[in-house]
Amino acid sequence: MINGLAALLVGQLLGEILVRALGLPIPGPVLGLVLLAAYLSLVGFGRDDVEATANGILRHLALLFVPASTGIVQHLGILSDHAIAIGFALVTSTILTLIVTVLVFRLVERLFGDPEEEAPE
Amino acid sequence: MSSFADLWVYLATEPLLWLTVTLAAYAVAHRISVASGNHPLVNPVLLSVLFLVGVLSLSETPFEVYFEGAQFIHFMLGPATVALAIPLVRNAASVRRKLPAIVAALAAGSATAVLSTVFIADVLGAPRSVTVSLASKSATMPIAMSVSEPLGGIVTLTAVLVIATGILGAIVVTPLMNALGIKDYAARGFAAGLASHGIGTARAFAVSPTAGLFAGIALGLNGLVTVFLVPPLVRFLLG
Repeated sequence: MINGLAALLVGQLLGEILVRALGLPIPGPVLGLVLLAAYLSLVGFGRDDVEATANGILRHLALLFVPASTGIVQHLGILSDHAIAIGFALVTSTILTLIVTVLVFRLVERLFGDPEEEAPE
Repeated sequence: MSSFADLWVYLATEPLLWLTVTLAAYAVAHRISVASGNHPLVNPVLLSVLFLVGVLSLSETPFEVYFEGAQFIHFMLGPATVALAIPLVRNAASVRRKLPAIVAALAAGSATAVLSTVFIADVLGAPRSVTVSLASKSATMPIAMSVSEPLGGIVTLTAVLVIATGILGAIVVTPLMNALGIKDYAARGFAAGLASHGIGTARAFAVSPTAGLFAGIALGLNGLVTVFLVPPLVRFLLG
């Protein structure tokens, strides 16, 4: 677990450093993801337990959003001025985005001859 | 030790209390969510947040004090983002096979997310600052905030809208996909991650590893697209 956590932190640290050094408009951890993926595909997983650590963290990804979300819920008052426009735009757009994304994904999959729908795991 | 007041003074100044309360709240919320058979309405983020907001306001604890403890959990968002590399590499072959679908769905989904919100908010008479804050709502929080501010958005409002979009998407995605008859968990997950970033991705991981993998891909890619798509679109549409 220690090796795994260290690997993730090294990835994030390198990401943060590169983002700042190069003035990139993306968050450091997103670049860290790309760097770690590149490293793992080139070098392989080896005997590191990075996989077990990563899966452990991802299984409870929801937990990590709790602190920030708690802070933000206290600002809900800011919505009240334009509640109708915001609420309508938010709900309609989120549902529309989900529908368009999933339908285009399926359409192209079918066009490229991958008709089998994967069973849920 | 003496009175409750002394105890409270100790607890209120140490990060231990709120770190523990956050973990405990989530552990209970997670258990309720599992007991409900992962019912979409029983969202563990939503349940934990409702409980914590109640406790914080009853105990009159300022958010800053709460965050002293909760920051240790918040910090893990960085390593968790990096951790998305593992399912990506493990499933590289399947991801490569679906690359055309990923690219097309990304283009269509990102454009829909931005255009539909900006259009609706503008038509309903929202001021420019509100519409701009809405534009990047589907992107992950740090990206949404950094995109919104230079365009004249309100940073706090953007953060609220990002979280609201995440929780909303995580709740509606399962019933919506079932209603559409979509059984492909790669497609379902991709939509969840694209429309509702990390909170949608957390929901996808709770439903299926395949959905989680593709949600993570969509989260990263849509973040990237948002950086480049939103500024020119907002300037074009809102002047």
